[in-house]
Amino acid sequence: MTRPRTLYEKIWDAHVVEQRPDGTCLIFIDRHLVHEVTSPQAFAGLRASGRTVRRPDLTLAVPDHNVPTTPRRDAAGKRLPIADAESAAQLAALEKNAPEYGIRYIDAVAPEQGIVHVVGPEQGFSLPGATIVCGDSHTACHGGIGALAFGIGTSEVEHVLATQTLLLQPSKTMEVRVEGEVGPGVSAKDIILHITGVIGAAGGTGHIIEYTGSAIRALSIEGRLTVSNMAIEGGARAGLIAPDEVTFEYLQGRPYAPKGADWDAAVEYWTSLATDPGATYDKSVVIDAADIAPSVTWGTSPEDVVPITGIVPDPASFADPSKQAAAAKSLAYMGLEPGTRMQDVPVENIFIGSCTNSRIEDLRAAAAVIRGRHKADNVRWAIVVPGSGLVKAQAEAEGLDRIFIDAGLEWREPGCSACLAMNPDKVPAGERCASTSNRNFVGRQGPGARTHLVSPAMAAAAAVTGKLTDVRELMDS
Amino acid sequence: MTPLDKVEGRAIPFGLKNVDTDVIIPAHWLKTTTREGMGKGAFESLRTDPDNLFDSAEFKGAPILIAGDNFGCGSSREHAAWALGDLGIRVVIAPSYSDIFSGNAVKNGILPVVLPQTAIDRLMEVATTDPVFVDLEHQTVTTQFQDRFTFEIDPFRKMCLLEGLDEISLTEKSDAAIGAYERQLDTDRPWMRPAA
Ligand code: SF4
Repeated sequence: MTRPRTLYEKIWDAHVVEQRPDGTCLIFIDRHLVHEVTSPQAFAGLRASGRTVRRPDLTLAVPDHNVPTTPRRDAAGKRLPIADAESAAQLAALEKNAPEYGIRYIDAVAPEQGIVHVVGPEQGFSLPGATIVCGDSHTACHGGIGALAFGIGTSEVEHVLATQTLLLQPSKTMEVRVEGEVGPGVSAKDIILHITGVIGAAGGTGHIIEYTGSAIRALSIEGRLTVSNMAIEGGARAGLIAPDEVTFEYLQGRPYAPKGADWDAAVEYWTSLATDPGATYDKSVVIDAADIAPSVTWGTSPEDVVPITGIVPDPASFADPSKQAAAAKSLAYMGLEPGTRMQDVPVENIFIGSCTNSRIEDLRAAAAVIRGRHKADNVRWAIVVPGSGLVKAQAEAEGLDRIFIDAGLEWREPGCSACLAMNPDKVPAGERCASTSNRNFVGRQGPGARTHLVSPAMAAAAAVTGKLTDVRELMDS
Repeated sequence: MTPLDKVEGRAIPFGLKNVDTDVIIPAHWLKTTTREGMGKGAFESLRTDPDNLFDSAEFKGAPILIAGDNFGCGSSREHAAWALGDLGIRVVIAPSYSDIFSGNAVKNGILPVVLPQTAIDRLMEVATTDPVFVDLEHQTVTTQFQDRFTFEIDPFRKMCLLEGLDEISLTEKSDAAIGAYERQLDTDRPWMRPAA
């Protein structure tokens, strides 16, 4: 009998092209997602060395990082130019490179355009058991459907384009098991924020995290993508959730997913990938779902998490002196005093979007809180940015756009937007944002911007009250 | 990639510690579409000073940079290596580097030499007036005086730099194995090819 293996080991073993004496492996890449910001130099490198793209059929390009979220066509349907010259040049480069190398390309005005990590699963391009890479660290997201997915640098983008492989060292494995049922108002985002708070921002360094347990199994695919998306915030290069019936139901019938007899063979294979009984992880953490509250970050590291009912911690309360110093620095940047109730912190900006939380369920959760209410007067800027054109169309078919607009929120075109503030969507210096994105780093949402990471329902609650708010207080009971 | 063996010439006595990639190349250069021309943005904030080393008659185009501890920390942007390369730098000499930076440097044909602070201090002194000689084959840094410092380097990185092999050229040597894998994949999991 073969040794029991984890989900990660099974996917890894199935992709080894060659093993080098030092343990480094040449790993085959099943899917490569390409966007406008980290690819131009890779294509330039190919061109300079006279190489081609080995497997254009396994590559999908879509612009998302710096496309504006304001309308992309005028009233007559004519495509509008992008004001920022550098962004326009990056977009133009992708628009030229994709067809030149025979790569599938979803252009900025296509109905399917969106954030790469939303588009991949939505199109059935991302599949369980596949190795997926993209020049963006939140590629970890695709682990939500059981793919081994991680971010790569520009030289690696070029390497994958040219050879469809990467040279990699195997990672260690870590299990994060969440058992039990979460309470009302607690979403997938709260689960992953809580996990990040427990394991720390470096807790998964050198590891691939597999999320297991009944609370994870109970999540929809949208929720699983949210959890795996932030594996990187816990220090892991990738996250994984074993594919199951929920996964298969989500993928069946999607444009690039297998069809007919192929589908049945695929499901049989995907089912065999689950971690074997008796397989061991290098590290394990068990979390009780009942301990998870609607959560919020107070600092500038994603590990700086407290329940919304909590207070801003005193830096002196941390045992580690370097954490004490980091916390003091964070609080100075965030303009917060220790002991302040999180629920007393006012916010002037709301961002509902990003590859963490911009899928249809996220928008439904936000709309359920906003419905029949209006944004508070002190909320200056509140935008809802759907993850893709298809999510946008679905939301509009359900009337969610009206709910947001009637409440005084802006309804935008799909893209990364204020998640990284590379396009004009930025939070002004010194102002706060309740954001459904994944990083609260210094300056991430704009120079001097102060980010509080929350779930979509919590962002909606903050929009209504003008301060960080326990969404459970706004829920119909 | 241009092979690198012996690099001789002026060394910029820069010497700063904890130089992060934002200092090496500011974020607004991330919106570019080529690797070339990024030398203009290298150390942009320091070069607003008309007396900066990088633009001085003596050190402009110098192939060696001497720096302090933890060179290249911060963001993982590969643009930092591109900027140094475009500035004409082939060798950086420092007591330590961020892991990502030294990986990116080698991928782009730049040798990150690690030497102790005492050696750095001496080289900084020599560099102000005289050239520095770096020999990758023999893993030494010498001067025209009696100085001779040896350094360690991972054999794989050394080979890549000496032969001017980028990782892609190396992987291309496994072309047959990749082809065999692809054929096997088409047999074992034919449904892995995108359906549409
Ligand atoms: S939404 Fe944010 S995290 Fe996601 S791909 Fe875009 S920039 Fe990266």
